[in-house]
Amino acid sequence: MRYLTPASFEDAVAMATGSDGVIRFLAGGTDVLVQMRADIVTPDTLIDVKKIDGVHDISRADDGSWTIGVASTGAEMTEHDGLGKDWPGVVEAMDLIGSTQVQGRATLTGNLCNASPAADSVPAMIAAGATVSVTGPDGTRTVAVEDIATGPGKTSLAQGELISSVNLPARGAGGGDAYLRFIPRTEMDIAVVGCAVNLRVDGDTITEARVSLGAVAPTALLVTDAATALIGSTLDDAALDALAAAASAACNPIDDKRGTIEFRTKIAGVLAKRAAKIAYDRARAQQ
Amino acid sequence: MSKIHVTTKINGDTVEFLCDPRETVLDVLRDRLGLTGAKEGCGTGDCGACSVTLDGRLVCSCLVLGAEADGKEIGTVEGIAQGEDLHPLQEKFIEYAALQCGICTPGILVAAKSLLEKNPDPTEEQVRYWLAGNLCRCTGYDKIIRAVMDTAADLREAS
Repeated sequence: MRYLTPASFEDAVAMATGSDGVIRFLAGGTDVLVQMRADIVTPDTLIDVKKIDGVHDISRADDGSWTIGVASTGAEMTEHDGLGKDWPGVVEAMDLIGSTQVQGRATLTGNLCNASPAADSVPAMIAAGATVSVTGPDGTRTVAVEDIATGPGKTSLAQGELISSVNLPARGAGGGDAYLRFIPRTEMDIAVVGCAVNLRVDGDTITEARVSLGAVAPTALLVTDAATALIGSTLDDAALDALAAAASAACNPIDDKRGTIEFRTKIAGVLAKRAAKIAYDRARAQQ
Repeated sequence: MSKIHVTTKINGDTVEFLCDPRETVLDVLRDRLGLTGAKEGCGTGDCGACSVTLDGRLVCSCLVLGAEADGKEIGTVEGIAQGEDLHPLQEKFIEYAALQCGICTPGILVAAKSLLEKNPDPTEEQVRYWLAGNLCRCTGYDKIIRAVMDTAADLREAS
């Protein structure tokens, strides 16, 4: 195995396109190194992106939008002064992943590229309307987060392409997001169901909403019917029931020892209601 | 296959080593440098027995490649005591008998020290969450948590 440390994303792309065999990009390594040890993936070339300028930065632009470097860790996101004020749901979702030790290494980009249907940060990013910059042989393009994973362990990234940043939109007034997951323990587990809600209010009325579910389908889902159930409402009981019904209707989960189809489908609705209440309270506090 | 030359700092001392690209920091510490304090429990970042600090950040050394340590500073359990003088956490772990087989202890000491440097006055809940990635199959955790809480109280009083 070759271990390479490019100084720029263009160098990383050149290294990837110029290499034969299995290529993996390395950021925090909390999935890649585990897969290497278990012989699930045996890279011929490992390209460590952590020496590229700016990959550790979390920055807010003048228009209020955020750029999160691909090597920024969960711990750095949690410790950041402003990010959690604008996007508490994204930060709390990332913070749920693994232990303190894992938080010191794990990244949003890695969580996305690992393409687990149960990845905690992915529904939160989808609900937030996050995009990623994808750099490849033909330059850099912008892709919605929900268009990256195509199935368990599979992404839409082509050979030689890699994510070069995560971009969160400006929060703006009256906005709030939240992420909740169900696990049978209190800590250190993989989501049986995850749900993120991001919405905006004008007074008490919801004017915009995005709802995303994790661990109930081969990829995290953007559930537009669930968002429609919220928009125009004041989060009254009828809206919450419609939200839960839409969330459950979107589920296409696996049936395993961690959660049956019936359980996951019901819990998706329960978590959607609870996450919506938290997001709603946060949004009203931001007016 | 040629090996990678790495220069790093371990417990304050500059250390150079050659390693295979697949070797982890844990492999290097134990097999090349004779620092066997960090233990291999799972090798997949689940148990925390290999905990070290990397540029001050608590990590599992089994999830960091040796090559990634180039230019970094590593802290291991071997650097916690000052010569013959044990760190207050080590003293307290003995006093409370906060260990049985001892395999998890080096990782828990490194993790607990890292917590107290960041938060000198943690609640019990904060200690339990911080150490959730350090598995102990002997003690049931209670003595470990009490030892960490009591050390924190002593250190606050001393400062």
